[in-house]
Amino acid sequence: MSYLYQFCNNFSFLILSAIGLSIIFGMMGIINLAHGEFIMLGAYITTFLATAGVPLPVAILIGALGTGVFGFLIDRLIISHLYNRPLDSVVATWGISLIMCQGMRILFGSSIPGTSTPLGSFSIGDGKYSVYRILLAVIALLVVVAVYFIFMHTKIGLHARATMQNSSIASSMGVNSNKMYALTFAFGSALAGFCGGLYAPTMSITPDIGSNFMMESFVTVIVGGTNPLVGTVLSGGVLGLVRSFLEMNMGTFAGRVGLLVVAILFIRLVPKGFSGLVDNIRKKMEVKKHAKN
Amino acid sequence: MRKTKMQFSLGSENIITVLLLVAGAILPFFLSTYRVSIFSYFFTSAILGLSISFIWGYTGIFSFGQAAFFGIGGYTYGILSKLFDNNALTPVALVAGVALAAAVAAILAWFMFYGGINDVFVGLITMCFTIALSTFLGQTAGSEWKIGDVSLGGFNGITKIPTLYFGSYKCDKVTFYYVTFLILAAIYIALLLLKKTKAGYSLLAIRENRTRSELFGYNVPKIQVIVFTIGGAIAGIAGVLYAAWGNYITPSNLDLSASTLVVVLVAAGGRKNPTAALIFTIAYSIIANTLSSSGSQYALVILGLILILVILFVPNGIITAAFDGIDSAWRKFTGKKTESEGGETA
Repeated sequence: MSYLYQFCNNFSFLILSAIGLSIIFGMMGIINLAHGEFIMLGAYITTFLATAGVPLPVAILIGALGTGVFGFLIDRLIISHLYNRPLDSVVATWGISLIMCQGMRILFGSSIPGTSTPLGSFSIGDGKYSVYRILLAVIALLVVVAVYFIFMHTKIGLHARATMQNSSIASSMGVNSNKMYALTFAFGSALAGFCGGLYAPTMSITPDIGSNFMMESFVTVIVGGTNPLVGTVLSGGVLGLVRSFLEMNMGTFAGRVGLLVVAILFIRLVPKGFSGLVDNIRKKMEVKKHAKN
Repeated sequence: MRKTKMQFSLGSENIITVLLLVAGAILPFFLSTYRVSIFSYFFTSAILGLSISFIWGYTGIFSFGQAAFFGIGGYTYGILSKLFDNNALTPVALVAGVALAAAVAAILAWFMFYGGINDVFVGLITMCFTIALSTFLGQTAGSEWKIGDVSLGGFNGITKIPTLYFGSYKCDKVTFYYVTFLILAAIYIALLLLKKTKAGYSLLAIRENRTRSELFGYNVPKIQVIVFTIGGAIAGIAGVLYAAWGNYITPSNLDLSASTLVVVLVAAGGRKNPTAALIFTIAYSIIANTLSSSGSQYALVILGLILILVILFVPNGIITAAFDGIDSAWRKFTGKKTESEGGETA
């Protein structure tokens, strides 16, 4: 039972923190080093609103929305000039993250009063379980389903996937690929802000909380590969399992480092991550089908 | 890269190179011993910058791991020199530190480059590696983390590390300055010369187009592993010298901001040009040193802003752009029509 709880906990953390990053990376090829700071921004907005008396779910949604708008502005101002220069965008987003982190510190000091974790907890046997944490796992699944729906069943999603596969053909078919990139970046930022809002009540709010998410989200994306949905969900699941196992048996630190070792070994064996693995299997199955016919 | 002939023409970069080397050699005659000692510290960051310039600027390997190798070098030197407890053996600790940094770099590189990992993913993996290492060292405060009598010390790191000795001769202040200066100059000149050799060209070829180099018969992963290993060794030297200079090393020397800062500095100065990397890292160290004594909280914001502006408007780096600007102005002034030399245009 406590394994399951721990797994849900890790799984939702990995998925929620990585999905925004992986959408931006998968669609645009841009590694957003300011991802952690976007999460931080979402957490700040949510906390401010929540302490001002806005109900928490509304505050979280506004936090996500605000971060999305901020991401859109950043994209128009900076990222849009770097669409074809992924390595330069790494340096630029690092600059953005420096400014955001230090700017927050200058504006609001080294920490702001947070909100407490809502919904209380219940216990089964010796274990004590937080309802909110379990809710987070449900939300993580819902986010995945929502992202799936948006990409597979809406017109915008279709255009986005077309841009991702071949931006020049997509734009010759009448898709405004620049607009798609901007929307993608804003959407990814909004998901980062959403993650920040969701986790805001569970941690103390400081300008550098982004770094708590950085490593986990990057590792998930590395192991997942370029497909934002399949990759992220599979790698979140596997890494969550590995991490829970190590944490339960050897402590938090072993969980963190173990995560990393697994990631490095995995990427050595399957260079394109889970996305590449799934693609290969799919191709093999198609070949078999054709062979039968 | 149009020319293949060995040539040293009189460009602003080459003049600056000579000036820098002369300035470095005579500096101790003009500054107080304290200032000279601080300059040896600046030089260690410059060596770290050169390691980035080598692997990223020359070969196109984007790594956030140099700070980790810096840390491995420093920690190894610290642990061994204290274990030996014999100052005459400090050079052995130096060599061991560099060797270990190189070995770890080689293993990591083997995993990455033979696994077909490239570009940003190398950056991500090296970043994860660096974070993991610094987190690990940060939690070694307990008494179970001891090697012999030497405690790893958690966030406080290792302290009271002896400085370098040659026999019974103590490398202090000015002597230490010259040791770091000579090492820095040697690496720097080697990098400049490398650019004019065949081996250097194969690195540049890999940077410009990996697939094409591979089709021309270069064993790209092998060359990448070698480059990454040498880069790790250079960063290791920087770490050893840093530990010997300050007599301490802490996990904050290899945390996320340390590892990204040096990449960012090299990018802003001009990554394809070791002179630019050298000037910019030293200039930044001097400015940061002055700012930190005045304690400005806006330093990081300004740094981030500079970075974004540089990437948007002078993607080849400030110093490189300055070199090019001066050269073309000089050419106009003299009316000569010579081809651009030295820095290659990409």
